[in-house]
Amino acid sequence: MTDLTDLGIADIRNGVRAGTFSARDVASAFNARVAEAKALNAFLIDTPDHALAAADAIDTKRAAGEDLPIMAGVPIGMKDLFCTVGVEARSASEILNGFKPTYESTVSQKLWDAGAGMLGKLNMDQFAMGSSNETSAFGNVISPWRRNDGGSAALAPGGSSGGSAAAVSARLCPAATGTDTGGSIRQPAAFTGISGIKPTYGRCSRWGVIAFASSLDQAGPMARDVRDCAIMLEAMSGFDPKDSTSLDLPVPQWEAGLSSNLKGKRVGIPKEYRLDGMDAEVAAVWDQGIAWLRDAGAEIVDVSLPHTRHALPAYYIIAPAEASSNLARYDGVRYGQRNLPDGAGLQDMYAATRAAGFGGEVKRRILIGTYVLSAGFYDAYYTQAQKVRTLIARDFEAVWEKCDVLLAPTAPSAAFALGQESDDPIAMYLNDVFAVPASLAGLPAMSVPGGLDSQGLPLGLQIIGKPMDEQGVLNAGLAIEERAGFTARPQQWW
Amino acid sequence: MTDAEIEAMVPEFNGILGWVEQLAEVDVTGVEPMTAVIPNTLRLRDDVVTDGNIRDKVLANAPAAEHGFFGVPKVIE
Repeated sequence: MTDLTDLGIADIRNGVRAGTFSARDVASAFNARVAEAKALNAFLIDTPDHALAAADAIDTKRAAGEDLPIMAGVPIGMKDLFCTVGVEARSASEILNGFKPTYESTVSQKLWDAGAGMLGKLNMDQFAMGSSNETSAFGNVISPWRRNDGGSAALAPGGSSGGSAAAVSARLCPAATGTDTGGSIRQPAAFTGISGIKPTYGRCSRWGVIAFASSLDQAGPMARDVRDCAIMLEAMSGFDPKDSTSLDLPVPQWEAGLSSNLKGKRVGIPKEYRLDGMDAEVAAVWDQGIAWLRDAGAEIVDVSLPHTRHALPAYYIIAPAEASSNLARYDGVRYGQRNLPDGAGLQDMYAATRAAGFGGEVKRRILIGTYVLSAGFYDAYYTQAQKVRTLIARDFEAVWEKCDVLLAPTAPSAAFALGQESDDPIAMYLNDVFAVPASLAGLPAMSVPGGLDSQGLPLGLQIIGKPMDEQGVLNAGLAIEERAGFTARPQQWW
Repeated sequence: MTDAEIEAMVPEFNGILGWVEQLAEVDVTGVEPMTAVIPNTLRLRDDVVTDGNIRDKVLANAPAAEHGFFGVPKVIE
């Protein structure tokens, strides 16, 4: 019998529907995988009973002859940013210690309605602020990947959805939720050799998702392949009156629409992404991706996004500004941790709670955010950044006259060692140089594995699409996937 | 924050602010700041009560809730 934990979403669903195995067998197999993988520190909380209860509900439905939904019997990992009833949600921060939501996020509810169950809550960068999963209050996530030099250097799984990426690539779950504010789905997917898509801003409801930067935050799936991403994105998406920026549009049938034939499609190659001093192996996999898409029938066109180099500094004004506003809610009064020194008044309590509860990177971004929003500097920083954001969005609009999707690397390098870049905030921020422009413009963007570098580590290719054209992104991703034949997986050492 | 934390953060802060300074060189003449990333209209909903009567749920996560209220240290001396 095949190992059930080697299966992805589509295979599990189809097997459960066909009666090849029961949903309970699948949930039990993954629960066991999660329990034996503590060395990765990918899961903050295990919820085996949730996975089993969801599985039993599906097995009962099947026994009754009912139609089974699109993720029937699929147990998933849930990023700690999502609120689920009765299970602690901390955004990997001490300040939310003890917070057990009394409500369910729209996205998680949609996943349960689609037949999925929850294996546990996944570790992440604290409040999704980080690119290496080193800012979690509950310890680093260790990538299941190791270099092929025989050493055992602990590598970063990427961030902020580092727990999700590590768990999927180590086969602890067939898929996991992620969120992407400036690359937090795509960069960890690239680092761990899996696929992940950030949809158009507004596709997935933000209701019940702990906020970082509200004009950028989007949920999306992280899974083993493009088809699984299509299925899970279909389950997660849809209009929600509880989110004022939710798109009131029907959810396309992305899985049914998958096609790797790109005849008549034009793929743009943005010249500004070819940075001076670019990693030669990253450049090589990009060239390989171009050849694969040409082979799939696409026409390749050179395009220009002239404001690309301003995207990252604009992001590091806008995102901290929004974060400083969103995180003002953590005051030790309504939820989470409270620090009340002897004899302290209300203001002292706020200060003590925040000093103890927030991690270093979170404090850094709150301070930057409040500074750029302060009366004397607002126009020079924040308004200027929002104008630059308009220019970046216009660059993309102009490019869609010439092409249907864009192809670029996901990240400027393969996974780095934990601790390697954590001393220099700007070096860390540069990890998202290729991911941030699409975030600022609200566009759908996906990372798929392109191959391994000479150290044996995965490199990702990124496809960026027009607003609402997740199908175009998924199809180009599928064309790459079929040609890359990426089957590498981390050797189990944990 | 402790003095040691602040001291460590000063050079980082200066580095980040110096780095984002480069935005000043972008010509934004006649450009409006972005307000909505994807064109979308704000909806009006029916003027009906859709929520409420969940006091205990609202208070369930409070570090100190008493008599149906959030508890905080004394504010008025």
